[in-house]
Amino acid sequence: MIQILLLIVMSVIMLVMAFIAIHHKSLQVAVIASGIISLFASVIYIFLAAPDVAITEASIGSALTVGIFFYILNKIRHEDIKK
Amino acid sequence: MKIFELENISMAAGFLLLMVGIWGIISQRNIIKMIISFSIVDTSIHLLLVSIGYIRNRTAPIIGEGVTKTDAATQITDPVPQALVLTAIVIGVGITALLLTYSLKLYRHNRSLEINHFNSLKW
Amino acid sequence: MKILRNSALLLIVGFMAWMMIHLYGQYESRDALNPVAEYYAVNGPEETGAANLVTSIVVTYRGLDTLGEVTILFLTAAIIGLLLRTEKGSRKKSVRESSEFLSTASGILIPVITLIGIYIFMNGHLTPGGGFQGGAVLASSFILVLLAISNKRIGHRLLDYTEAISGISFILLGILGILLAGGFLDNRILPLGNFGTLFSAGAIPVIYSLIGLKVGAELSNVILELNQIQGEEEEL
Repeated sequence: MIQILLLIVMSVIMLVMAFIAIHHKSLQVAVIASGIISLFASVIYIFLAAPDVAITEASIGSALTVGIFFYILNKIRHEDIKK
Repeated sequence: MKIFELENISMAAGFLLLMVGIWGIISQRNIIKMIISFSIVDTSIHLLLVSIGYIRNRTAPIIGEGVTKTDAATQITDPVPQALVLTAIVIGVGITALLLTYSLKLYRHNRSLEINHFNSLKW
Repeated sequence: MKILRNSALLLIVGFMAWMMIHLYGQYESRDALNPVAEYYAVNGPEETGAANLVTSIVVTYRGLDTLGEVTILFLTAAIIGLLLRTEKGSRKKSVRESSEFLSTASGILIPVITLIGIYIFMNGHLTPGGGFQGGAVLASSFILVLLAISNKRIGHRLLDYTEAISGISFILLGILGILLAGGFLDNRILPLGNFGTLFSAGAIPVIYSLIGLKVGAELSNVILELNQIQGEEEEL
């Protein structure tokens, strides 16, 4: 019972974060919201008895993707400053 | 009840995230927002695939303390969707990195991140 | 114009919602494994000797998919390296040194994170983990290295050699499988050993370690390319 309640709370938070990622004006907040979606998906994978997939999603979707996004945003900002 | 089981809730979450992600791809005009929505669509499809392979009251497909070698077929969930999703997650991050590099080249060429300003292919 | 665009968008999303509600209503949860998964569950531990069933599927039973995935990652890293090519005379912009807290903490954390990454891909056949997860953790520790030494250049010759040698060894091990055992990427070229120890499951630890090193070096190379700030480049 407590498992199903936790799952419903996490799904609602994931949907709210998806709306924030699409509609917020600032790009940094949108990128972090997509990282939070990956993190909660990794927890749901543990509930679904898939530990391999949970490790992969947590390390790749939540750390590397957000890192690459921030590197590209930094390069775009430096283009603006240089010219 | 049918809607309050584990795989039904995660499948519903996957479907709703898929719809929100596709709506984000179509309705946004900033290129980086479109790439973020693409990453959300990717995550939702992986969630759907893994939640189809779940069987109730069974555990992870690793032979150890709880699962013995002889009757593993009655105690584990489906390992094939997990193997496919493992590959798909790594390919997804490669595609996202490629998309972001292309958007950086487009920004250098045209100094703008809106897709309405790239109309050199329209006649 | 805006009303037309919004109504078309609503129509598309509504159609997708109708399709998905239909799919969701037809789903019935299962009670038993389907025949393919049952074959893998019954014969997997004896034929391959690995305790982790997902590892034995990814490396031996569906090894060609892993070969395709390694190829796609290599292609991605090569294309990113081509598009973000730096010139010879490009110099790094002068950034200030990282603070003492960052250098000290990363001096402690970087060896620990690298060790965890190597542990994850070496024990891929016993516990949850494997080559791709370990490679991603190695790339994360490389991000920390780049943040800690932010005002020096880092040469990428070691990363290039690691990635090239790991990739070629992976293919050579696969071809050895054709010559000595059943087929491409067969793991019976090395003895199967005791079930559940580190040196078991034939060639699976060796193959997964090579994949882990290759993926880690590749993702670190991508991050290194994205980090360097270039000078003026010519239009392609």
